[in-house]
Amino acid sequence: MGLVAPAFLLIFVTMLLPVGWLFYLSILSDTGAYSLEHYQRMWEQPSYGRTFLATFQVSALTTAICILLGYPLAYFLSELPKRAANLCMIAVLLPLWTSLLVRTYAWLVLLQRRGLINGWGIELGLWDEPLALVHNMTGTLIGTVHVMLPFLVLPLYSAMRAIDRSYLRAAANLGASPLRSFWLVFFPLAMPGLASGALIVFVLCLGFYVTPAVLGGGKVTMVSSRIANDIEIFFNWGAASALGVVLLVLTVVLILGATRMIQMNGVLGRQGKP
Amino acid sequence: MVRNSSLPITIRQVTKSYGKNYALDHVDLDIRSGEFLTLLGPSGSGKTTLLTVMAGFTRPDGGSLKFGDTEMVCVPPHKREVGMVFQNYALFPHMTVAANVGFPLKLRGVSSSDIAQRVEAALETVRLGGYGARGVEQLSGGQRQRVALARAIVFEPRIMLMDEPLSALDKQLREHMQIELRQLHDKLGMTTVYVTHDQREALTMSDRIAVINAGRIMQLDVPRTIYEKPSNRFVAEFIGESTFLPVVALQGRVTLGGRALMTAKPTPADGKHLLMLRPERLRILGSTETDVEAVNILEATLLTVVYQGDSSLIQVELPGAGVISVRSQSNALSNHGLTTPGSTVRLGLNVQDTVLLDVQ
Repeated sequence: MGLVAPAFLLIFVTMLLPVGWLFYLSILSDTGAYSLEHYQRMWEQPSYGRTFLATFQVSALTTAICILLGYPLAYFLSELPKRAANLCMIAVLLPLWTSLLVRTYAWLVLLQRRGLINGWGIELGLWDEPLALVHNMTGTLIGTVHVMLPFLVLPLYSAMRAIDRSYLRAAANLGASPLRSFWLVFFPLAMPGLASGALIVFVLCLGFYVTPAVLGGGKVTMVSSRIANDIEIFFNWGAASALGVVLLVLTVVLILGATRMIQMNGVLGRQGKP
Repeated sequence: MVRNSSLPITIRQVTKSYGKNYALDHVDLDIRSGEFLTLLGPSGSGKTTLLTVMAGFTRPDGGSLKFGDTEMVCVPPHKREVGMVFQNYALFPHMTVAANVGFPLKLRGVSSSDIAQRVEAALETVRLGGYGARGVEQLSGGQRQRVALARAIVFEPRIMLMDEPLSALDKQLREHMQIELRQLHDKLGMTTVYVTHDQREALTMSDRIAVINAGRIMQLDVPRTIYEKPSNRFVAEFIGESTFLPVVALQGRVTLGGRALMTAKPTPADGKHLLMLRPERLRILGSTETDVEAVNILEATLLTVVYQGDSSLIQVELPGAGVISVRSQSNALSNHGLTTPGSTVRLGLNVQDTVLLDVQ
C-alpha cells in the first residue's frame, strides 16, 4: 500500500481535486450560496441545447471525415516498407509539432474571402464568386480535421502494421478475392485501432476551443467557446463550471457506451456459427 | 471424406530472381498425381519460393506451372483451388475454430447447414471433433496445427501445399504429427508438396524428395536413394552425417591413400573423386575378421571416443587420408579391447556403401 501512495496522491492532486473543485464551483450561485441555478438555466434555455448539439455535430463530422481520410492513409502507410513508412509518418506527425494557433491562422489566410484558395479558384475560372470557406461549419471542419487526423492515423496505423500479412495470404489461398479478404479479415482485425483512434478524435473534439473559435467565426458555437465567454465576458465561474461538468458527464457516458459496444462487437465478430 | 481425384504438377523452367541472385534458377520438376513430394533444402535455398509460386503468392519471372493440363502462372491465388498449411498456421484470430474451417466453404457459397456438417467432418478427420465453438487462442500449438489442416482440406482441394507446418512444435509432437500427416495424405490422396529443412522429416514422410540448393534441384529421388546414393557432395553433406576423403581412380582401380578400394558404382572415370563415409556405415571389426567378402577393410588410429548414450561417436585417423568419424554401439570398442587412444582399429565398409562422388 505504501508504494502506491505517491501515485494515488498524484492522481488525487492532478485529477480528482480539480474535478471536485469544478463540481463545487458549479453548484455555487452568484451570491455564494449553494444552488442548482446554473444547471437549471442550461435546462431551460434552448440555446444551451443547440450548443451541445453543435458540439456533438462537429465532433461526429470531424471523426467521420478523419476516418474517410485517415483509413486509406493508414492502410497505405502500413503497406509501405518500414523505412518509407517512418518517413511518411514524420510527415503525418509534423503538424503536431507546430503551434496550433499558427496552423489555425494559416488556414484563415488560405480560406478567407480574399484568401489564397478563393484567389486561385477565381483566377483559374473554377468558380466566379468567392466561396464561403471560413467563419462557418466548412471552415471549422477543415481546421478540426487537419488537427485531429494524426490522432486517428497513429493508433490505426499501428493496428494495421501489427496484422500478420499471412492472414491475407491464407484468405486468398482459401478462395477470397482481394476485396473479400479485406472485408472479412483485414477490416475486423484493424477494428480495435480504428475504434480507439475514432474515440480519441471524438473526445478531443468535444473540448476543442481554438480552431472552432477562430475558423467558426462565431457561427459555430461549441461548448468550449461558451465556457470561454462565461469566464471572459461574464466572469461567471459557476456557469462555466456547470457547462464543464455536463460536458464531462456526457463524455464519460459516451466513452463507456462506446467501449461496451466495441466489446460486444468483439464477441459478435467471433461468430459461433460459420 | 473420400477423395475422388488429385492433380499432377508440372514445372518447367521456372525462374525467379531478386536482383542478381536467383531464388529459382530454371527449375524443372514433375510432381506425380497423388504423391507426397518434399522440397528439402537449407534456408534461402528457394524451396519456399517454389512453394509460393505454386500457391500464387510469387509470380515467377519466367517459366510454366501446370496443375494437370491447366497453365497456372497467371491465375491469382484465390482461384487456384489449392489447400495450404502455413508455417505459423495463419488461423484468423477473430473467428472461432468452426468459422476458420468454414471460411473457404462460406466463400464458395455453400449453404450454412452443409457448412456445419462439412466443418465437423473435417474437424473429426484431424481428430478435433467438437472443438468448433472454441476460440483460436484457446488451442495448443498442436491443435492449431490440426485446425489449419482441417481448413486446408475442407474444400477438398486436389493439391495440398505445406510450408514447414511442424517447425513450431516440440520434438515429440513433431514426430507424432509427421506420421499423422502422412496417414492423412494416404487417406485423402491429394498431391502434396511439403517444404522442410529437416532431413529426417523429409526421409520419414516423403514418397520422393527434391533436394534444393541455390534455386536449383540438386537431386530428385526416393528417400533411400537420396540417403544412400547421393548424386553430389551437397546432397551427401546436407542429408545425414558424412566425411569426404579424396581418392584417385585409374583404369578402374580406386585407391585411398595408396590402398586399393572396391567401389559400388560401375567403374568410375579416371581422375580424382571423393569417397563418402557415413559414420554409421563403418563397422569396427574384431581381430578374427580378417578377410570378409565384399568389405573394404581400413586400418586407422583411434583418437577420441565420445559417449552418446545409445551409441558412441569415435574419431579415428586414416594414415595418409584424414580424420573420419565412426558411429558404433557403445560397447563395441571395449568388446574388442580397444579403449586407449593410439591403438589400431580395423574398420569394415561394405562395398555397396563405398560411394564415390565427383569433386566439385
